[in-house]
Amino acid sequence: MENTVLKVENFCAFFGDNKILKEVNLSVSKNVVAALMGPSGCGKTTLIRCVNRMHELIPGTAISGKMTLVNEDIYTMQPIVLRRKVGMVFQKPNPFPTMSIYENVIAGYKLNGIRIPRGELDNIVEQSLKKAALWEEVKDTLHRKGTFLSGGQQQRLCIARALAMDPEILLLDEPTSALDPKSTSQIEELFVELKKNVTMLLVTHNIAQAARVSDFTAFIYLGELIEFGPTEKMFTVPKDKRTEEYLTGKFG
Amino acid sequence: MRVNPRIINQAVRVGLSAQALFTVSILVVIVAIICVKGFPYIDFAFIFSFPEDMGRHGGIFPSIVGTIQLALLSILLATPLGVGTAIFLTEYTRESAFTKLIRFGVESLAGIPSILYGLFGFIFFVIKLKMGWSLLAGVLTLTIMILPTIIRTSEEAIRAVPRQLRIVSYSLSASKWETIKKVVLPAAMPGILTGIMLSIGRAVGETAAVIFTMGSSLRLPLSLMDSGRTMAVHFYILAREGISMEKAYGTALVLVLSILLINVVAYYLMNKAIARYS
Ligand SMILES: Nc1ncnc2c1ncn2[C@@H]1O[C@H](COP(=O)(O)OP(=O)(O)OP(=O)(O)O)[C@@H](O)[C@H]1O
Ligand SMILES: [Mg+2]
Repeated sequence: MENTVLKVENFCAFFGDNKILKEVNLSVSKNVVAALMGPSGCGKTTLIRCVNRMHELIPGTAISGKMTLVNEDIYTMQPIVLRRKVGMVFQKPNPFPTMSIYENVIAGYKLNGIRIPRGELDNIVEQSLKKAALWEEVKDTLHRKGTFLSGGQQQRLCIARALAMDPEILLLDEPTSALDPKSTSQIEELFVELKKNVTMLLVTHNIAQAARVSDFTAFIYLGELIEFGPTEKMFTVPKDKRTEEYLTGKFG
Repeated sequence: MRVNPRIINQAVRVGLSAQALFTVSILVVIVAIICVKGFPYIDFAFIFSFPEDMGRHGGIFPSIVGTIQLALLSILLATPLGVGTAIFLTEYTRESAFTKLIRFGVESLAGIPSILYGLFGFIFFVIKLKMGWSLLAGVLTLTIMILPTIIRTSEEAIRAVPRQLRIVSYSLSASKWETIKKVVLPAAMPGILTGIMLSIGRAVGETAAVIFTMGSSLRLPLSLMDSGRTMAVHFYILAREGISMEKAYGTALVLVLSILLINVVAYYLMNKAIARYS
C-alpha cells in the first residue's frame, strides 16, 4: 500500500520468557485513527511501546518480526531518530512540572538541543496549541506552569507537545481514561480534527470511544491480533466470536 | 475504658506545640544571649579591621574572609562531586553489591565525627602531601566532610523525581543525559539546594577539622597555600585561651548573623527554585 504509515509483520514481543505479543500483523494507513482494544493485560500497551521502542527501556525485553514506519525499518533506525517521528501520549497527563506551558510545547526541541530562532519557536507553539485545541484557553498564560492547568487541559498540552515534533504517527495509550466526561469528549473531537494531519494509534477500553473516533479497530486477545478492520464493520458484524463477546461486554 | 478521640487529639496537639515552642525558645535564648553579649563590641571597624595582639584588640576581618573562602571553595568542589555521584548511583547503575558498598561508605562517612576528618586531613594533606596548614588542606578536608551530606540529599531528591517524567522525556527522543540534565535535575533542584545549604552551614560552623588542616593563622589568606582561620576557629581560640571574651562574643555574634543571613538567602533561593521547578 502506498499510503501505509505503520506496518507490523509477524511481530512478537517478549518479557523474559513470556511471549506477550504473538505474530501480530497490522497495517495502518495515513490519516486514520486506528483503535486498539482488548481485555486488560492483552498487550496493547506493549504493542504501541514497540512502535517507538520504549519497551527497550525495560530490561529483559526482546522482539522478533518486523515493523516499518513509512517504509523504514523501525528496528534498524536509531531510537532517537525514530522517536522524533513518533509522538506518544500517556494515560495520565504529564506535563513537565518544571516547565511553563510554552516550554512544554517545545520540550521535544529543547531536550534534543535543537536550536531554532525565537520567532519560529513562537510559531510552533501557537500552531501546536491550536492543533490541540488549547490555544484559546492558554494564549495569555503561556509562561505559567503547565501543571496549573486542569487535567483535560494538561492532556491537550501533552498532545500539543507531541504534535510539535510533527510526527508521522501519534501513539495514544488510554489518553482519556484519567479524565472527566467533558474533557474526554473535547479530546475525542480533537482526534477527528487531528486526523487531517497525523495518523493515530489509540489504545482504549472504551468501546463507545472507539466507535466514535476510530476508522479501524484492532482487537487483541492474549497477545494475538484476533481481528483488524474498519470499525463500523467490526462493530456490526464481527468475524470472530471473541470479538463479539468482547464488544457485547461478555469479558474485558 | 475508651477515651474520647477528640480529647486525645487535643492532648497530642497541645503536647506537640509545647515541644515546638520549646525548640524555638531555645533558639531564641541562644541568639538573644549572643546578641546581648556581643552587640556592644561590634561596629564597622570590628568587621573591617585586622586583629592585633592575638585578637585581644582590633577586628576580625581575616577570619570573615577565611570563612567565606573555606565555605565557598569546599561547596564549589563538593557540589559537582556529590551531585555527580548521586546521578551515577541513581541513573547509571542498577542496585548491586557495588552500589550497596558505595552507599554504605557514604552512610559511614556521614556519621564520622568531624575531628576525625581533621585528623585525617592533618595526616594526609598537611603532612603526607606536604601542604602544611593551608586553605587548600582545609578546603579538601571539608569537601570530604560535607560530601556525604550532598550525596545523600541529592540522591534522595533525584530518586523522588517521578519515573514517568523520564519516560516522557525519552518518548520525545531525548537522550539519557539530556533527560537527566533538563528534566531530572531541575525537578530535583529544591532537594539538592537543601543539601548544599546544610553543607554550607556545617562548613561555616566547623572548628575541629579546620584547626587541624587550615591552621589558625591570624593573617589574611591570600593564596591556597596560606594558613588562616575561620570565625568559628577565631571564636574558639579567643574563648578557650581566655584572650578576650569581649572579642569572642563579638565574633560569635557576627558568626550567628552570617548563619542567619545564609539561611535567609537559602530560604529565598529555595522558594524561588521551588516556584520555578514545581
Ligand atoms: N515490565 C514488565 N515486565 C514483565 N511483564 C510485563 C511488564 N509489563 C507488562 N507485562 C506483561 O505484559 C502483558 C501485556 O501488558 P500490557 O501492559 O501490554 O497490557 P495492556 O493490554 O496494555 O493492559 P491494560 O489494558 O491493563 O493497560 C501483561 O500480561 C503483563 O503482565
Ligand atoms: Mg495498557
